[in-house]
Amino acid sequence: MSKIIIGPFNRVEGDLEVQLEIEAQKVTSARVNSTLFRGFESMLQGRPLGDALVYAPRICGICSVSQSVAAAQALSQIYGISPPENGQRAINLMLANENAADLLTHFYLFFMPDFARGIYKDRTWFSDSQKRFKAMQGVSSARAIEARSHWLKMMGTLAGHWPHTLAIQPGGCSRSLNDAEVMQMLLYAQKLRHFLENSLLHDKLENFLALENEADLQSWQQQHADSDLGLFIAIATDLSLHELGKSDALLMSYGSFPESNGQRLIPSGVYRNGEFHLLNPSHIQEDISHANYQGDIHSSPWHQAQMPLLDNPDAYSWCKAPRLKGEVAETGSLARQVMAKQPLILDLIQRYGSCVYSRILARTLELVKLTVQVESWLQQGFSETGHFFTEPGDIVHQRGVGLIEAARGSLGHWLEVKNNRIYSYQIIAPTTWNFSPRDQQNTPGALEKALENTPLYDGETDPVNVQHIVRSFDPCMVCTVH
Amino acid sequence: MNILWFQSGGCSGCTLSFLGLEEMDLIEWSRSMQLNWLWHPSLTEHSGSETQAMLDAVLKDEIKLDIFCLEGSVIMGPKGSGRFHMLAGTETPAKELIERLSEKADYVLAVGTCAAFGGITASPPNTVEATGLQYDQNFAGSLLPTNFKSRAGLPVINISGCPVHPGWVAETIGLIRFQKLKTEHLDPYNRPRFYADKLVHHGCSRNEYYEYKASAVKPSDLGCMMEHMGCVGTVAHADCNERPWNGNGSCTKGGYPCVDCTSPDFGHLNHSYQETPKIGNIPVGLPSDMPKAWFIALSTLAKSATPKRLKINAISERIEISPEIKRKKL
Repeated sequence: MSKIIIGPFNRVEGDLEVQLEIEAQKVTSARVNSTLFRGFESMLQGRPLGDALVYAPRICGICSVSQSVAAAQALSQIYGISPPENGQRAINLMLANENAADLLTHFYLFFMPDFARGIYKDRTWFSDSQKRFKAMQGVSSARAIEARSHWLKMMGTLAGHWPHTLAIQPGGCSRSLNDAEVMQMLLYAQKLRHFLENSLLHDKLENFLALENEADLQSWQQQHADSDLGLFIAIATDLSLHELGKSDALLMSYGSFPESNGQRLIPSGVYRNGEFHLLNPSHIQEDISHANYQGDIHSSPWHQAQMPLLDNPDAYSWCKAPRLKGEVAETGSLARQVMAKQPLILDLIQRYGSCVYSRILARTLELVKLTVQVESWLQQGFSETGHFFTEPGDIVHQRGVGLIEAARGSLGHWLEVKNNRIYSYQIIAPTTWNFSPRDQQNTPGALEKALENTPLYDGETDPVNVQHIVRSFDPCMVCTVH
Repeated sequence: MNILWFQSGGCSGCTLSFLGLEEMDLIEWSRSMQLNWLWHPSLTEHSGSETQAMLDAVLKDEIKLDIFCLEGSVIMGPKGSGRFHMLAGTETPAKELIERLSEKADYVLAVGTCAAFGGITASPPNTVEATGLQYDQNFAGSLLPTNFKSRAGLPVINISGCPVHPGWVAETIGLIRFQKLKTEHLDPYNRPRFYADKLVHHGCSRNEYYEYKASAVKPSDLGCMMEHMGCVGTVAHADCNERPWNGNGSCTKGGYPCVDCTSPDFGHLNHSYQETPKIGNIPVGLPSDMPKAWFIALSTLAKSATPKRLKINAISERIEISPEIKRKKL
């Protein structure tokens, strides 16, 4: 048996180290370490309530709007208010804009460049992959960066700028929008559609969304093999990515995008072994048996430890281990699209389970879906007489919870108030779930489990399969440890 | 030119903001600036041992480092050990690597307020002992001493902002590339003057409301946010309302106050960011370069002359009263 430590990782949003035990060219055990601690939760203690909206987005510069939405939702419960219809739509647009930008960035800049590495030089698809995705050179990657900055212009209109807006408030949105501005934003949305149709798919977004199962997808691939996604599917088949990075964790979504009819576009729930269950947020607990914190080993977010402790011999990460009634959960696009019962993704999860292939397909599909959804919301526009903002009155509850979906999955803020000040603030980010360390029972987190049995190539020091698996979760380490 | 962008105690927001450069995609821009990225957090290929070998080669002077960018605060804790941020895959505290890379670089750029001054990461209680690279809030001398000069003879260039504007980074690097950036182009906090000699107030779309002291009282109102909402655009150093963000945005256009995110004090405010502190009815803060008595006199006069249109619109979500159309007599 040998041991290797891999780090630093690039293209993972922050600091990540992976320790592997290897036997007979296979990973037998993995430990995942987030190597940075900043202490946002203690910064917020004692501050005025509204300051949560200044601090929360700065937890993470890539999930910034998501952090704002979670903070605003927690505050809205404390004031007992909810945004008016126009305000909620504006917030939904901001969140969808950020989620889609993140999904686009992940595919083109973070994930695909690994298939243009020298180790694949003998594969039939290598020159094509290099041309499109090679780091700092890829033609498709460069176009994706351009498409991303055009798409984010919608944030200039909606949110003042991105990242780190203060436009998202417990009472709605600080910026009212008129129809002319909506027309402007529609052009930004259509610009992203053009990129996706001309580069990612070589097809209409609607045609792609109509695919119902793996067989449909494979025949679609035959007809669109020269698209960026067509190439990914070919690579995935050649490298058997449906067998790589399998996680057996339950899939979890908090739900996202509330609509005026009281429904949410993405439902909340849990998927375990082919069955759907309701999510009970009071079952969420965090375990710090292997994390660098002092306090109770196992406790609810209302009583969580946040003070660092560096001399626990069992600890190896700044990431805590969140568990849902003791179980490991995986979160992200795959969980959301399964919960939304999207036919293609349901078929993939039933065939292959959660693996590199299904995670990437779910992300791509969600990117396409969000683009169409944003267009549709903009075409519906805003009510000309409705409001964007409701003024908060007195504090009516001492506790508020913001449970939302960031691009990378379920994000929760638990906020308690005393004497008009923040008394405690606890954040559990998507990658805290996915990249959690072991818990008291020594059960590995979702990525740790997914890395077990990974086959390695001869003579690798930084195994490429490990890189694919790590990035298939689209980790955001700065969120994770905050 | 070889360039290396390293992240420590921050949120990645400056990397992601810079990636949104609108004039040119970052790959094409890098090519046209003849930049060779030794490491970019979102764009370069290598990880792990390859990265460690590259860093070793830079530290041994085998690879020249023209520009070193730090994003995020330097994490000194606990007790000066730097163990709250270790470089992944090594036993090295990030602060040691940051110090050694700074000594190798022709130019050292602190990208964003965290790297420049400590920023939000250094916010009280500052458990992690976060600080800026050459400044700790507004005091010179932190990880790097007051008299530190990079190999090209400049102090750490503080491109502060939370987040940084992509144009501020691109133009600073452009000026370096064409050898046009000199010490005199930096303000007293070593921020590039091309954006730090402007005030957020310049070009603010709410200026007419400011002139007549027609004030917003809640988010979504159209009026000036100085009197009640905590806006400090009249004293904040940046060109945010002259140089648009993400197409056509800015904080004040977005309906929320300027919180002075380019300042060494950002993250250390002792009152709410979204409320203006007052004594009696009078805001404590004042515009730059203005005697208090004059400001109060002018404000009182302006308030007594506020047109009804501005008074009403200032506390509305949409324009309720349109400007009158002046018709010429024929």
